[in-house]
Amino acid sequence: MRHATRNRRRERFWESFFRKICLAAVALPLLILAGLLLNVLLDAAQRIDWSFISSYPSRKPALAGILPALVGSFYLVSLTAAIALPLGIGAAIYLQEYRGRSRIASLIEVNIANLAGVPSVIYGLLGLGLFVRTVGMGRSLIAGACTLALLVMPIVIMTAREALRTVPNTLREAAFALGATRWQAIRRVVMPQALPSILTGAILAISRAIGETAPLIVVGALTFVTFLPDGIDAPFTALPIQIFNWVSRPQKAFLYNAAAGIVVLLATMLVLNAIAVYFRHRLQRRWS
Amino acid sequence: MSRPRKPTIELPPVVSFPDDQTKVRARGLNAWFGDKQVLFDVSIDVPSQGVTAIIGPSGCGKSTFVRCVNRMHELVESARLSGEVSLDGESVYGADVDPVLLRRRVGMVFQKPNPFPTMSIRDNVLAGLKLTKTLDKSTAEQNVEQALSQAALWNEVRDRLDEPGGSLSGGQQQRLCIARALAVQPDVLLMDEPCSALDPIATAHIEDLLHTLKEHYTIVIVTHNMQQAARVSDMTAFFLSGELIEFSPTSETFTAPRHQRTEEYITGKFG
Amino acid sequence: MAITSSWRAYSDSKAMRASAIKRGTPRGIGERLIEFSLTGCGLLSVLTTLGILSVLVIETIPFFRQVSLAEFLGDSQWTPLFAEKHFGIWPLLVGTLMTMLVAICVALPLGLFAAIYLSEFAKPRTRQIVKPALEVLAGIPTIVYGYFALVVVTPMLQKIVPGLAGFNALSPGIVMGIMIVPMISSISEDALHAVPNGLREGAYALGAGRNATIFRVVLPAARGGISVAVLLAIARAIGETMIVAIAAGQQPRLTFDPRVPVETMTAYIVQVSMGDTPHGTLGYQSIFAVGAALFVVTFVINALGHRMARHAVSS
Repeated sequence: MRHATRNRRRERFWESFFRKICLAAVALPLLILAGLLLNVLLDAAQRIDWSFISSYPSRKPALAGILPALVGSFYLVSLTAAIALPLGIGAAIYLQEYRGRSRIASLIEVNIANLAGVPSVIYGLLGLGLFVRTVGMGRSLIAGACTLALLVMPIVIMTAREALRTVPNTLREAAFALGATRWQAIRRVVMPQALPSILTGAILAISRAIGETAPLIVVGALTFVTFLPDGIDAPFTALPIQIFNWVSRPQKAFLYNAAAGIVVLLATMLVLNAIAVYFRHRLQRRWS
Repeated sequence: MSRPRKPTIELPPVVSFPDDQTKVRARGLNAWFGDKQVLFDVSIDVPSQGVTAIIGPSGCGKSTFVRCVNRMHELVESARLSGEVSLDGESVYGADVDPVLLRRRVGMVFQKPNPFPTMSIRDNVLAGLKLTKTLDKSTAEQNVEQALSQAALWNEVRDRLDEPGGSLSGGQQQRLCIARALAVQPDVLLMDEPCSALDPIATAHIEDLLHTLKEHYTIVIVTHNMQQAARVSDMTAFFLSGELIEFSPTSETFTAPRHQRTEEYITGKFG
Repeated sequence: MAITSSWRAYSDSKAMRASAIKRGTPRGIGERLIEFSLTGCGLLSVLTTLGILSVLVIETIPFFRQVSLAEFLGDSQWTPLFAEKHFGIWPLLVGTLMTMLVAICVALPLGLFAAIYLSEFAKPRTRQIVKPALEVLAGIPTIVYGYFALVVVTPMLQKIVPGLAGFNALSPGIVMGIMIVPMISSISEDALHAVPNGLREGAYALGAGRNATIFRVVLPAARGGISVAVLLAIARAIGETMIVAIAAGQQPRLTFDPRVPVETMTAYIVQVSMGDTPHGTLGYQSIFAVGAALFVVTFVINALGHRMARHAVSS
């Protein structure tokens, strides 16, 4: 035993060393994240104020604001949610509640897994070829929203399905035993139970839609818009598009605008997530 | 210790009832999960009056049998069945029968209490009724009180009807589930081991309840507990490996079993 | 008692109900309509795939009428927007692969070690806090990472790496790697978690230390899941668009030097989309051709990943 102690001591040194390496692997990305946020905040401080939010874009960085992009993003995401949530949750209900293991269902399942891995820029090409050209929506708000809806649909379906899966089967059986039809059981018993988790998934999907840039560029969002969209067929811009436009300018001052835009974008996402957490908490507390 | 002698005249191990006294009748019932057959040629007449207990070792097909009566069996994927089940002489598996309507006449209480967690006590009781009709407030209140009284729960929860169903104790939850099933005004109440998840006091509550409920409902109770079957039931059916071995008045089943296997089971030779 | 009389009423109403189990009302139609529309929702995802395939094929066919497949796969230059047009995919492909490689070189060690930390070392409480924090990295819009790569990382790297251009493959690759860390760590952690505790205990019982147990027993047992993580991460990095569009430059050149500007397939699609390229021109069609190539590459890698994942689960 004594003999082995020196070996063991060396081993223990490497063990604690390796543990520190692993800890560093966790800490480093988080520190970088913190650094990134801090840096953006500092840069944004140069520009962000009320006039930044309430102004239209301008060729002068100090005057340029983000209003049309903010409004555009709001419309775009609302439309996207209105399209993607019912369809996606419907698909999840179909997969989880109606066709447990049928061939169609497993085909759809494999398909959704594959769709989730398709690069977002390719959804842009789909939107351009299908909605903008073939359907004839033009480079409009609704074309952008349809594109984003298809893009986030796999997220909605997968999270909603997971939420439905956690509802115990005994509750469905209880509903059936009372004489509920399948849909009644889903609507009155399964859905209320799964709602908090479905909501979380929905927010996740919407957050993704707010930040998406590439598909909107391909579909044809404008980069310099001095008006607010007046209908679903209007040309539009969105927060990330405006940020991209400012990042691409050589002048340093526009970079501050970009940073300020990023802060607005992240703040919007943060608020959205906070709302989701709040609702989730309230719904869950009501029942226990 | 000497056991009562077998009667010299062989009685048929499975008794039958005339049509007008039979509530649920099964003839040649077979059931499968996938390739595995779980019920073999079961024929039984469940009488309208009284409590019928179904006993047998686990995996003998007790639960499957009651789930065939309200057509819950077919909800399980890969489940199949053949044979005949009728309710008041009307075939339950007829082409024009809607299983949903059938289940409104045949209530069910499950092994583990399963009140709907997202509903209040009141809404749990009304859950089944709300499926079929819109209730005005006073009828709803009346129904809630009736059903909870029948389930002997009214006095315990009358002041907390808006609390979630999950806030009750296990025994109370099970009585809530019974109230929920009764509110739909079924003819038959199927109970699938309703006490196996409950403590002895809660179990006693439910057993007392059965004595009053049997005046108004045909009750079929699956139980793995032979003492319970002896205490609460009027008729006892003994299932073994998917076959109905014996169906006789409870008083006889436990004192003078008609079938050798029944005797072996109730004396604890296997199970 | 009042209750008794109401019970009587119960029984009476029951007796009055005629055969109540027969189908009478057309309630079934509503149910079927609902099921029908839900099926439609499910099939929409299949239609999406078909839509992607047909859009790519429809616009790619006219492209290949004018550009031979031999040129697409053989030429070493990509200059569709110049007067003298060349359509060799290699510069875009190499640009894509290079940024992806840098990203994986960053993400794999960080993600894997992070997964080991979370699965083997961290207390449950730490894990509860750290895991969602890491997930935040994946939730930040890529445009933000693009800004970070261009404005912060490139200037910092320029102080260390001599000859690093303002646009390059290195900086966006590193940033992309950071973004992908949670993807690798969460899938790998699941794989490490799935290693039965009996294996660890078996190793400890033989007198193996913690490191030996992790490297000799746990990691080999989890290698299937870890490979899946890497494959999916590779596909993600190849398809990533905004970081490279902002920070890697837009000069398609066939080079393996990570210090100079390059262009990825995704960045090319963005570049053309930003400009005014009319429908029906070769330039317009070229983004679909590049998109088709991108789709094929990511699809193959993803499919491989999913296949391995199923395999890892079943074995």
